[in-house]
Amino acid sequence: MTGHAPAKRPNQLFRNLTAKIASIPMILIALGIFLGGSLWTVVYSFTNSKLLPRASFVGFDQFERLWSSSRWIISIQNLAIYGILSLIFSMVIGFLLAALMDQKIRFENTFRTIFLYPFALSFIVTGLVWQWILNPEFGIQGIVRSLGWESFSFDPLYNADIVIYGILIAGLWQGTGLVMCLMLAGLRGIDEDIWKAARVDGIPMWRTYLFIVIPMMRPVFITTLVIIASGIVKVYDLVVAQTSGGPGNASEVPAKYVYDYMFQAQNLGQGFAASTMMLLTVAIIIIPWAYLEFGGKKRG
Amino acid sequence: MANISTLNTTAAGFDAVSDQVASGPRGRKPRRTLSPRNIMLYGTLFVFALYYLLPLYVMVVTSLKGMPEVRMGNIFSPPMEITFEPWVKAWAEACTGLNCDGLSRGFWNSVRILVPSVVVSIAVASVSGYALANWRFKGSEFYFSILIIGAFIPYQVMLYPVVIALREIGVYGTLTGLVIVHTIFGMPILTLLFRNYFASLPVELFKAARIDGAGFWQIYFRIMLPMSLPIFVVAMILQVTGIWNDFLFGVVFTRPDVYPMTVQLNNIVNSVQGVKEYNVNMAATLLTGAVPLIVYFLSGRLFVRGIAAGAVKG
Repeated sequence: MTGHAPAKRPNQLFRNLTAKIASIPMILIALGIFLGGSLWTVVYSFTNSKLLPRASFVGFDQFERLWSSSRWIISIQNLAIYGILSLIFSMVIGFLLAALMDQKIRFENTFRTIFLYPFALSFIVTGLVWQWILNPEFGIQGIVRSLGWESFSFDPLYNADIVIYGILIAGLWQGTGLVMCLMLAGLRGIDEDIWKAARVDGIPMWRTYLFIVIPMMRPVFITTLVIIASGIVKVYDLVVAQTSGGPGNASEVPAKYVYDYMFQAQNLGQGFAASTMMLLTVAIIIIPWAYLEFGGKKRG
Repeated sequence: MANISTLNTTAAGFDAVSDQVASGPRGRKPRRTLSPRNIMLYGTLFVFALYYLLPLYVMVVTSLKGMPEVRMGNIFSPPMEITFEPWVKAWAEACTGLNCDGLSRGFWNSVRILVPSVVVSIAVASVSGYALANWRFKGSEFYFSILIIGAFIPYQVMLYPVVIALREIGVYGTLTGLVIVHTIFGMPILTLLFRNYFASLPVELFKAARIDGAGFWQIYFRIMLPMSLPIFVVAMILQVTGIWNDFLFGVVFTRPDVYPMTVQLNNIVNSVQGVKEYNVNMAATLLTGAVPLIVYFLSGRLFVRGIAAGAVKG
């Protein structure tokens, strides 16, 4: 691009040279960190690295150890319960709120501000607030008991069987506002004429939503699904703040397993193997979506 | 506003007409504002709003009570006598490990992390987005695709290689290292944001500048930058809240004396030794949440636009 003014055809390499130089950080990050880093971790998950990464390969040993560890099994179960319920509830609540907000209501901005503000807060703050609200002595349980229902019991954070639901309540509080916003944008994208046509035909509102509007919003639903799902796999701070994985290890999640083995237990091999499994999980979610989304058109 | 209200009245009129067509006249129409439908609608919204507001209320109320009152009462009751002592204690006296200078240390650490991280990540990403939108070269879209796919890869997969890379260049555990990390992991979403925005500007502007002899940087600084103030604000909102709320990178890539506020908050509240002072804990939590909340309430619609742009692929 700069004034080379060549007699022969300019060298392809030097075309847009400044643009290429300016893109070096992006290229380095894309190739070096995102691609290279991920590959590195996958490769080293087949080694028996302990304190430092060592390239002595032991096949699938780390994965066998991983899947025979009860802590990992609990992590996966928790992730599955948390993930599935969180997907269902945040989709349903998010859509319901968006549909309500789309009724040309007054104070729409106020309601939106209220529903979305938790999303601005960190998972640490979210976890700590709900830890306090679910405190058995002073929180919801204590209050209901002091009202006279002495046998009432609701202490998710101290009961290994239901601790994951305590985390779910906090997670939903933080994240449904975002789903509502995405859904509302989707609803606003639907042509007003469709509503008019449905009304002229005398179709009740709930049927219009169920059979016309929701099918039309398929792309919005899929995008939302992918965003929520890839966020769920990463869930870490919330658990650390709310329960630190406890009681016992009843609320462990894979991301915490990875961190603890990599940076606390100095068992890098296990950490790499666990993170490779996380990568696999995300790939299972992302690849079908990418195929659906970009498969036909040549993009991305 | 006039526009919206006329729209509402026409819609109401349309309702009335279509109702009549459907079921015939049935005497006086009830007043619309108190129809069962509206009661249901606002009732449901109100209940949800309560659920969302409750934790904020509990935080504020608890942080204004003295410890004896916290132990006695229930978490929802308003304070009988308001005290700001928990706030002072959380800010200046709360202990983490050996340090007893409160959250203020974490706050200033977070500020020192936040400012350079936001500036560097936005600078790098906006230039990349500009190159992608206007100066395509062979392979540029390929790198961009990897970047976007990278946004979905769990950070845990890339943590250790980044640790090694930072250690190699000698910045592991320092502020510089953390700034680099935030720049790296902010890249996908920000580049996408800027690329889509620059691509939406009329290409004639760019061509005209080229013909006038402007180069890469000249077009960027003289034409693109002045035209894209809104998107820079959106990117800033995205990064300020994101970096302030970060916990994982803070705990992995910094040493205890430069821990950001979120990490320090967690250490204060979840420390095992000592008596639990719930009012101080809630004051500390509110203090940490204050910065993103202020950004959120001030930015309003731009925040929504930011997360929509960030969340939905362009």
